[in-house]
Amino acid sequence: MSAEHEQHPLFLPLVFVGGLIFGFGLGFSHMAQPEVVLSFLQFTDFGLLFVMFGAAIVTGITFFGVKQFRSTAPLTGAVYGRRLKSLDRNVVIGGGIFGVGWGLSGICPGAAYASLGIGNFPILYGIVGMFIGAYIQGFWRSTRAESTAPTTAAD
Amino acid sequence: MTETLALFVALLAELFPNGISHYAIGGLFVGLGVAVIYVGTAIPAGASTFLESTLSYGSSLSRFQQYRPSRDWRVVFTVGIVLGAAVYAVTVSPQDGLWTTDVQWWRLLVGGILIGIGTRVGKGCTSGHGVCGVGSVSSASFVGVATFLFVAIGTAQLVQAVGVVP
Repeated sequence: MSAEHEQHPLFLPLVFVGGLIFGFGLGFSHMAQPEVVLSFLQFTDFGLLFVMFGAAIVTGITFFGVKQFRSTAPLTGAVYGRRLKSLDRNVVIGGGIFGVGWGLSGICPGAAYASLGIGNFPILYGIVGMFIGAYIQGFWRSTRAESTAPTTAAD
Repeated sequence: MTETLALFVALLAELFPNGISHYAIGGLFVGLGVAVIYVGTAIPAGASTFLESTLSYGSSLSRFQQYRPSRDWRVVFTVGIVLGAAVYAVTVSPQDGLWTTDVQWWRLLVGGILIGIGTRVGKGCTSGHGVCGVGSVSSASFVGVATFLFVAIGTAQLVQAVGVVP
């Protein structure tokens, strides 16, 4: 199980540049400010729709367009595919829990990281909370998986 | 005809009191960041897997260890996001760089915990489902986005209705 970034020397630099552009966009779009996200959820400013769907259109064109030119990615050799997850109960349950958190706080993971870069240090409460939440579900699901399949080794 | 146009302009001003340009341009950059990584690596990068993959550095739980192969680049991606937002703060809008949120700390903390649980159980967040998944025309992501969008709207309206401000 080798690390994915060991495949090409330009892998990590490219991911870093992509992150820079992504974070710049979150700052530029004001999504890093919880008040702006809350103003969307409370129906006083619908601008967030342009951010999410504007971004989705760019990725959609890229995901479908790049396949016309080549089938595998230059830095990993991986085949270009879509981001598809299986649709099950977890998508709805998790989405609902995330929705309560998003509506309560006005933050989401990517925007929270960006918010830190802007110097909004109270966002650390949110980021620490996200790690706690991720740990809680991971602990619960890991121990449950072990109790149902005690002989299966972790992958 | 002029009245219809005036009504349309008034409606836009009502729906988008701060204009749409910075939202749309910012969104294009967010999509471009994902696109750059995807073209080079075929990876549709989301932001919330970082939470679990980073926990694998300190926890041996199988749930986190499964993300071990991607944990290093996810740290780099997140550092990029933080610094990219810092570049925005010091270049495009220096005065905006000085704000801190007035949303109360307990809302950020409790909201954060629910976000940590929900995004990982639900297989994605606003970037994973909302940007990469919708861009992939994934039915799971359409359901995920619809769910968290409607629940978040209901929650935010409820929080406002009971008088929690900010």
